[in-house]
Amino acid sequence: MKDWRYWLAEQRGTLLAFAIFIVMFAIYSANHPAGFTANVVQTAANKGVLLAFVAMAQTLVVITAGIDLSVGMIFTLTNCMASWLVIGTGLETAFGVAAVLGTGLICGAVNGAIVIYGRLQPIVATIATGAVYFGLALLLRPVPGGSVNEDLADFLTGRFFGVVPASLVALFVAVLIVWVPFSRSELGRAAYAAGSSETAAYMSGVPIRRGKFLAYTLAGLLAAIGGLFLTFFTYTGEAAYASGNAYTLFSIAAVVLGGVSLFGGKGSAIGAIFGALAFRTIGDLLFVFDFDPLWQPLFQGVILLIAVSLGAFALFRVRNRLEWFL
Amino acid sequence: MDGAAPLFHMEGISKRYGGVRALEKADLSVTAGSIHAILGENGAGKSTLIKVMAGVVAPDEGRMTLDGREVTFASPAAANQAGIVCIFQELSLIPELSVADNIVISDPPKRFGMIDRKAQRRIAEQALARAGASDIHPLALVKDLPLSRRQMVEIAKALARKPRILILDEATSALTAADVAKIFGVLKRLREEGLALLYISHRMNEIAELADQCTVFRNGRNVASYAAGSKSDNEVVELMIGREYSHIFPPKPVRHQPGAVPVLEARGLSWSGRLDNISLSIGAGEVVGLGGLDGQGQRELLLAFFGVLRGLSGQILVDGKPVSIASPAAASDDRVGMALIPEDRKTEGLMLPMTVRENLSFAALDRLSKAGVIDRGAEQRLIDDMVGLLAIKTAGLDIPVGALSGGNQQKVVIAKWLMRQPRIILLNDPTRGIDVGTKQELYQLMRKLADAGAAILFYSTDYDELIGCCDRVLVLYDGAVKRELVGAEITEHALIASALNIHGESARSESVVKGGAA
Amino acid sequence: MSETTLGGIAGRMPKFLRRADPAVATAFACIVILLLVGSLYSRSFLSPEYLLQQLKVASFLGVIATGMMLVILLGQIDLSVPWAVATGAMMACAAAAYGPVGVTLAIPFGILCGVAIGIVNGIGVAYLRIPSMIITLATNAVAQGLMVVYTGGFSPQDSATAAMRYLATGFAIPGVPNAVIIWALIGAAMVFVLTRTSFGRAVYGIGNRERAAYLSGIDTRRVVMIAFAVSGGLSAFGGVLLAGYASKAAQSMGDAYLLPSIAAVVLGGTSILGGRGSYLGTVAGVILITLLQSILSVMQMPEAGRQIIYGVVIVTMLLLYGRAPASR
Repeated sequence: MKDWRYWLAEQRGTLLAFAIFIVMFAIYSANHPAGFTANVVQTAANKGVLLAFVAMAQTLVVITAGIDLSVGMIFTLTNCMASWLVIGTGLETAFGVAAVLGTGLICGAVNGAIVIYGRLQPIVATIATGAVYFGLALLLRPVPGGSVNEDLADFLTGRFFGVVPASLVALFVAVLIVWVPFSRSELGRAAYAAGSSETAAYMSGVPIRRGKFLAYTLAGLLAAIGGLFLTFFTYTGEAAYASGNAYTLFSIAAVVLGGVSLFGGKGSAIGAIFGALAFRTIGDLLFVFDFDPLWQPLFQGVILLIAVSLGAFALFRVRNRLEWFL
Repeated sequence: MDGAAPLFHMEGISKRYGGVRALEKADLSVTAGSIHAILGENGAGKSTLIKVMAGVVAPDEGRMTLDGREVTFASPAAANQAGIVCIFQELSLIPELSVADNIVISDPPKRFGMIDRKAQRRIAEQALARAGASDIHPLALVKDLPLSRRQMVEIAKALARKPRILILDEATSALTAADVAKIFGVLKRLREEGLALLYISHRMNEIAELADQCTVFRNGRNVASYAAGSKSDNEVVELMIGREYSHIFPPKPVRHQPGAVPVLEARGLSWSGRLDNISLSIGAGEVVGLGGLDGQGQRELLLAFFGVLRGLSGQILVDGKPVSIASPAAASDDRVGMALIPEDRKTEGLMLPMTVRENLSFAALDRLSKAGVIDRGAEQRLIDDMVGLLAIKTAGLDIPVGALSGGNQQKVVIAKWLMRQPRIILLNDPTRGIDVGTKQELYQLMRKLADAGAAILFYSTDYDELIGCCDRVLVLYDGAVKRELVGAEITEHALIASALNIHGESARSESVVKGGAA
Repeated sequence: MSETTLGGIAGRMPKFLRRADPAVATAFACIVILLLVGSLYSRSFLSPEYLLQQLKVASFLGVIATGMMLVILLGQIDLSVPWAVATGAMMACAAAAYGPVGVTLAIPFGILCGVAIGIVNGIGVAYLRIPSMIITLATNAVAQGLMVVYTGGFSPQDSATAAMRYLATGFAIPGVPNAVIIWALIGAAMVFVLTRTSFGRAVYGIGNRERAAYLSGIDTRRVVMIAFAVSGGLSAFGGVLLAGYASKAAQSMGDAYLLPSIAAVVLGGTSILGGRGSYLGTVAGVILITLLQSILSVMQMPEAGRQIIYGVVIVTMLLLYGRAPASR
């Protein structure tokens, strides 16, 4: 029995991302003035988890060989929304959370409908819907403000038993109730199949459209969970264009670092999560080494550039040049 | 099996594609517990026949019965439902998924709405075992498997659907001898289990070993059915011969210049297991044909000359001097002067939405422009010449080329290359799907170009064209030149026999026979 | 008035008319409707001064959209526009700080920086075959990082040279802003390139069917590479003009040009899948977007509403004529 070898091969991207993250985090915490303490871990987790949610969202769409350039804007929109709704009594708060997550689902479903049933290119379609979502966010929060149920926020951004960052637990729960069922469902497999080879998927009678639609919709949901957590961390809502864009961009970087193929059909959200955490840690490495924070955007940009160029090496194995144009 | 009512029966099935008739009142009966081989040369209607059976295309007329009840299939899924499963030549596996995922893809086992991986694995292991491919691990990714293993997975996938009628269309073409032997064992067992198998192959030895019943197709009709083994190979070839033709070919001039340096020469070309040590030479004024069954490396050979393939070993010489051609741009450069009329004019030859004018001058833009600016006068003159030379019928030069008829589109593809005045012309089945009149014109044109000194390498799936047009024909089989036919040797019988590799059994087929007997 | 004007233009440019598709006509019709709607708000909407002012504002977008169109015609996209614009502006202003030589070379230097960004994009897309939206996002991030390091995260203090200001705001011909003249020149050059040169033919050919273009002996990779370089250069030139207009560069000055430039090209009937589209359509798209912005601001529509209307207009128009063919 060498099952574990196949498992290893299949999870190679994920494991690599995990390894990169561990190494980066070890360097980070070893050089952090405070060292490896619960506090350091909690702060790092809270920063990383936001990107992890958005990266999970991006993964779902990328698996179908699409791209969602509106994830960052859904994230921003749901943040603004949460800053209005997730407040008050327990019941009101619960309603608010449901409304925020529902909004995410709707945004994702709109993307999916336009791309799959409207047959528009995902890039342009999601740039355009991203503008709409950002506009809605601005409507909700023309200036930063609002508030959030602080008890819930503190609970979900604090620590369980004084050690485990609550945000990591929340991320884990999201994986368990969104990603795992998706990846093991027939529609989830259809999404993979459609991303890998749409022709073969069609010939095998796979429900391509429904699989893709589910992927886009759940991506909206995950981005909304991210937006919710942003509100928990900041206690406010802000329609920040640059931040929304940065999250979209970084989600692509995280997905690539996490071993998810931009050509579709390959990778897992777990990998993307570690990709996101690793990406964040790399960005923060500059701080512990006392670099000027001004260098951070350049550093992140270069990492992104390298990450996306790595996939090109497969090109050198192509023996029939016509395959370039498939 | 004697006297048993047929499990599946089709009669009077016709199918036309545009003006071409692929099937003409074809009949076929399939009996449970038997293996039925279908034979026929390229374009005899075999593949259309199985597409009709598998629900991929709808017939224009005729009826099909299954268990005596009349049936129609709206989609491949409907045919699967009825128990007819087809393994096509084009693989339908999803590369990034595991073998087990692929085997159960159309109907995965579920528990609580999620795919039951244990059950899936069990099904996959059973199917692989039935296909005699237990060596394939169900967790392996399909993309990591070599082609022969993928073919086995494809067979396992078909078996997992529990078919009553299994159709194999050249399913052994990518397999190793050991796999073929295994598959044969499996197919024989399936026959004992009462399945009906339809086996399409061009390997005569395989058919001889496997089939109970054979049906020969010709011109879209079933022309003969006989019990396997009751006819000699030669008799079978005679049955396959006899396409109806009304073509007139231009006379072939006798032009022998021994000692002349060939315009194009290849020495020991090999590539990626698809081309196997091919050597050939073509002189000025010569039309050399490429024969053999479809998919024996002819397309790859033409692409190899044209600089498309990477990792090519062997040597290409032009005018006796070795050249290295790394791209179509280098191939069409004046120093080489090569042109390729590609296989698929819609995706490789033309930009359909662009105008006739733009398409015509596309390959010759560098010759028509000074400092990158197109000389529109020169362009117009050259286009006028070409439209006149090839008698291209178009409502104007500024309409999309996609609006022209197939024959005229093909003329545009050829004209666009003639605008460069190439010395070496490679043609990849240029007459496929075009009308008889245009074909005739192309034959004349080809000879005219040869007379003007061009070296022509002409691949055709239509044997009659090879006979009518070529000075020599090289017959390819499994990526190697199996036979060279010169002058009067080029007959339909010789072409078909060598395409089926009947003369000179290869080592591989011997081992198959041995494996099967063991 | 609309029909006669359109007819007049079309009459004088039969070549364009033949290439133009209903999308271009629709875009022009929308411009007319916008003008009519605008004139209901304010009489001055149809005055020559106002229209000329709009044309001037449009010319910045027009220059940037020209490069975007070239890339979209190939079936690719350039998402590095925001920081190519900002880089062009900042580097031109920065060069101005280095004495008279710097002042002289400011404009070419700014453009060259944009070309450099475009070349990185081009290498990624043409030679490494990285999807264009990914590689251009990445170079956008790198350009941003470089500029943040250079400026220290603040708006740079260097100001635009007199030449830049003259190009953006001056009047070489009385009554016609220089920016409009520049756009007209660049537009004319692009029309010439697209219709009269082998490069232009190759661009359309690759956009339609790269495989066929490659088999026709076109060096498709070089063409793609050049197109991206031109796009980067034109974005940077747009940034140079914008810096001249505002007298200095600013951090996120390019952000407002990405979506509108794509929208202008696509609304003008250029297929996002490549291979089809005319420059006249892009002109219409640019004017349409600019007028839309202008009217929304005259109506005192907040930024939020503008973003929403943009998004909705683009999706709607694409659904009308930008859909992929139904598969199977």
